[in-house]
Amino acid sequence: MSNLDQETLMADAVLSQKEDPSLLTVMVRNRAIFWGGILLSLFALIAIFGPFFTVDPVALSPMTRLRPPSAAIWFGSDFLGRDVFARVIYGARISLVVGLAVAVISVIIGLFLGLVAGYVRPLDAVIMRTMDGLMSIPAILLAIALISLSGATLGTVIIAIMIPEIPRVVRLVRAVVLTVREEPYVEAAIAAGTRLPMILSRHILPNTIAPLIVQATYVCASAMLTESILGFLGAGIPPEIPSWGNIMSEGRTYFQISPWIIFFPGVALALTVLAVNIVGDGLRDTLDPRIARKM
Amino acid sequence: MYLYVIKRILATIPVMVIVALFVFLMLRLAPGDPAAVIAGDYATAEDVERIRAQLGLNDPILVQMGKWLAQLARGDLGTAIFSKLPVTTLIGQRLEPTLLLALSTITFTVLVAVPLGTLAAYKAGSWIDRLVMLFSVAGFSVPVFVLGYILIYVLSMQLKILPVQGYKSPFEYGLWQFARHMILPTLTLSVIYIALIARMTRASVQEVLQEDYVRTARAKGQSEFKILMRHALRNAAVPIVTVIGLGIALMIGGVVVTESVFNIPGLGRLVLDAVLARDYPVIQGLILFFSFVYILINLLIDLSYTLFDPRIKY
Amino acid sequence: MSVQDSKPVLEITGLTVRLPEGADREFAIEDVSLSVARGEVVCVVGESGSGKSVTAFTVMGLIPKKDLVPVAGSILLQGEDLLKKSDRQMRALRGEKMAMVFQEPMTALNPVIKVGDQIAELLEIHTNMSGSARKKRVIEAMDDVSLPDPKTMYNSYPHQLSGGQRQRIMIAMALALEPGLLIADEPTTALDVTTQAEVLALIKDIQRRHGMGVMFITHDFGVVADIADRVVVMQNGKVVEQGSRDEILRNPTHPYTKMLIGSVPSLTPPDRPEPEVAEIALEAHHLNKTYGSRGFLTKGRVVHAAQDVELIVRRGETLGVVGESGSGKSTVARCIVRLIDPTSGDITIDGANIATMPERELRPYRKEIQIVFQDPYRSLNPRRTVGQSIVEGPMNYGLGAAEALARAEELMRVVGLAPEALDRFPHQFSGGQRQRICIARALAMEPKVLIADEAVSALDVSVQSQVLRLLHDVRERFDLAMLFITHDLRVAAQICDRIMVMQHGVVVEEGRTAEVYANPQHPYTQSLLAAAPGREMDFAQFA
Repeated sequence: MSNLDQETLMADAVLSQKEDPSLLTVMVRNRAIFWGGILLSLFALIAIFGPFFTVDPVALSPMTRLRPPSAAIWFGSDFLGRDVFARVIYGARISLVVGLAVAVISVIIGLFLGLVAGYVRPLDAVIMRTMDGLMSIPAILLAIALISLSGATLGTVIIAIMIPEIPRVVRLVRAVVLTVREEPYVEAAIAAGTRLPMILSRHILPNTIAPLIVQATYVCASAMLTESILGFLGAGIPPEIPSWGNIMSEGRTYFQISPWIIFFPGVALALTVLAVNIVGDGLRDTLDPRIARKM
Repeated sequence: MYLYVIKRILATIPVMVIVALFVFLMLRLAPGDPAAVIAGDYATAEDVERIRAQLGLNDPILVQMGKWLAQLARGDLGTAIFSKLPVTTLIGQRLEPTLLLALSTITFTVLVAVPLGTLAAYKAGSWIDRLVMLFSVAGFSVPVFVLGYILIYVLSMQLKILPVQGYKSPFEYGLWQFARHMILPTLTLSVIYIALIARMTRASVQEVLQEDYVRTARAKGQSEFKILMRHALRNAAVPIVTVIGLGIALMIGGVVVTESVFNIPGLGRLVLDAVLARDYPVIQGLILFFSFVYILINLLIDLSYTLFDPRIKY
Repeated sequence: MSVQDSKPVLEITGLTVRLPEGADREFAIEDVSLSVARGEVVCVVGESGSGKSVTAFTVMGLIPKKDLVPVAGSILLQGEDLLKKSDRQMRALRGEKMAMVFQEPMTALNPVIKVGDQIAELLEIHTNMSGSARKKRVIEAMDDVSLPDPKTMYNSYPHQLSGGQRQRIMIAMALALEPGLLIADEPTTALDVTTQAEVLALIKDIQRRHGMGVMFITHDFGVVADIADRVVVMQNGKVVEQGSRDEILRNPTHPYTKMLIGSVPSLTPPDRPEPEVAEIALEAHHLNKTYGSRGFLTKGRVVHAAQDVELIVRRGETLGVVGESGSGKSTVARCIVRLIDPTSGDITIDGANIATMPERELRPYRKEIQIVFQDPYRSLNPRRTVGQSIVEGPMNYGLGAAEALARAEELMRVVGLAPEALDRFPHQFSGGQRQRICIARALAMEPKVLIADEAVSALDVSVQSQVLRLLHDVRERFDLAMLFITHDLRVAAQICDRIMVMQHGVVVEEGRTAEVYANPQHPYTQSLLAAAPGREMDFAQFA
């Protein structure tokens, strides 16, 4: 006797639902997750093992400066004669490490703050106003400022990119908590004397996992982009480390004569981020159709 | 109504204070002495001490905080270390290109993204829908500057139909020159924004199309096109407008990059110059300026909800 | 009954609609034949899954074409076969020759368009009337459904109207072009009982005056008794029986119809022996719950959800709390379980006042009061097995895992389910079974007081009677004090020893059920009882 939208029309006709297929089956069946996952695994393998098979990404070769791509030097060479292919392969490591680290840490911190905001009334307003404030600072500006203040290392870059991502996670977790805590099964557990830590871990936390996984992929994608932008602007990871952003930053001056220095890392980055985003979209569609609308 | 507007304006004050405090603390809690950084590698201990005094860093932290907030309340964003000009003056000098770039980007984005998202929702599951969604995912994945360089490479260097870089003020060089120089930056900056808004439009319109009142409209014999225009878009307006506002943050980040790629002398360049010069008051002032702009735009958007939805009454 | 044309307005013959692959059965509806004559109300009755709504939506051409495909039969609307029409032709017929009124008037109207304009839209689609002519016609139509001050109301938005007014707008919209056929899909199910009676009377009146045919979809035999000329009973996508109202209601032949009608609770409370005065299990005095929005710069607007509520429940007794939506009946229940904190007053159980007790001290008393909610689909954590849900409470209070499991197995038997099913997840059970599991979960705490908050309202009538019987049995068996919250006067009549009637947060009448039903004192109680659909029909005779 609920609203008769098309879904209930179907339910009206279909007597009982079938057993849910396992999560793994669903994920393999989803083409987006499947192909995105394969692409991503490929990049991960290249990032982990690739550098063992290439030439030294920082080896200078003044004789072969700014060479265009050829059979010998696949992606050409940069203004110091360094092999762009080796540098791009090595850069994959940096990108993936930054993406993964930012995603994991911001999700953990955001989960904690979101649970507190959603369940501890007096702290809710404080946390949420702080998050509003944090959100209103443009992420890239905030990261640039943080890094220029604290000195550029891999660690500070990760922290600087992570901080602006936290509010989004907090808001998501809080929204889930506020919805789920009204569910009758949570109220039944309260009536049955279940203590708060158990209510959270048994009944509320499991509901945050699916949306958090999805959110984590988006955070990961956005972190990799931000890292490259910071590198490009000269405000990211120290220039001696061949991250994709740094390679492209150095290629700017020579763009009109040697566009490949920007082109190859740019394509590598776009493909990696695309793979993560595709997996994220696939997960969003399969894990939880309700949050599909929110993003 | 007026009471609500006043209340909403007042409610943004705590958020602005939080932003100001955050920016303040960021400077104080960051490892390293800003005075030493400003003084440079060859400074003597006295130089550093002089700069410390000049920045007021010797005061107790709460006093510094109070001074900082009082200064902000007067509309003073601080004074640049090197040019010795007030940050507000610097912003005034560089505002025009950034403002015009932002306006042309928002206009272009809304004109492209809303029809595109609506079309995708209307034809959900069709190849048009998939194409729009593919574009949207791709738009989220290509870094702004790579896109900028690709556009420069193709349109400026190969086809030679547009200038490579630079900015021509419409007030000095006329509209035509201005527009020619604005096309590429606008396109570059719009892509991610279009991706975001097209996606949100599609999701909102699709959701509205599932509503009971759309079924009622069908039961009246209304055509699908008119259902889309009259029933779906109006109800989807609030989430769409909200995302346009939230997307401003994304765009501000993009402005810094785009201005750098296209060599546009706007606020984005001012930020980068300040970062390279380690001119902290300017960095602080600009971050605050952008944050306040963002908060105010979103306040206006909040207040505009009444135009779209009669249920929202203030 | 008015004079009937020989040719029916709607004639469905052998209609079969296929379900998509992978569904539980092949056809949503199969070989359905029924007809609606001019000037007649045909009720299509059935439980969920019967296909009654699919039939209605197929006629209107509003079924999702990808999923539900009509594969056989014909639908003749005034002689024209709707299944042979193009989309464009169907659009021309919808609204002009056939119109529909939906269940939920709040969501069926567009929230951002003035209600008058929404009716006018219909005229804009199907006529060449000028703007002012349209407006004039809309106001006439609104007047026709007895809406007050149509000229002003034209400019209202749906959220500014009451539920009954919104449904009147929907009816005015349906009638504006005087279609031959009106399809009403559970049009009063979402309404309170007094509003329901008014809307039913309106539909009947309009149908008589305009001589249209009405196909009325409902699950409620009370409504059928009030409005039907003829009745079509559906089960699992097939028509099992049809005939005149009196034939079906007084003399059903099909066993399913007999069972359905027999399951409808009677409005006459059964004779109950005066219970001996047992120990008081729970009492509440001066219970208040106010919701206020005190805020910075806002005027405080205070809502009294419950005001000075007094109640006493003894062991072995069921106290019914009845009222319409917004009466505060659920607020009282939630205060007693301390899911919300009462603003003031006393709630006494085991000699302790738990109304304002802090959570730490409250814990020992929580197990004494258990609650069963309305929605069986949201009452069990979908990620935990039924067994885990049942043992959670007892184990919170120190019962060992083995003992808790043994208790859960025994309780599964008590509620009529196999103990082996404890390892299954909620989605593998039907709504009625889930409600049984919820009852087992509540009983596992060995409470003194069981609160049933609309616990049978979401269930089909046949399942409803079984769960009601179960609730009655466990109350006897465990000597429980039961607080039964419901909006349904029939259900309350059958299960409650005493009832309390609430309106706007205040208890207006209280007494022994039989006395209140036979001789209601308060005008509100009188109007509630007078509005109960099908009150002159006694359904229980087939039980």
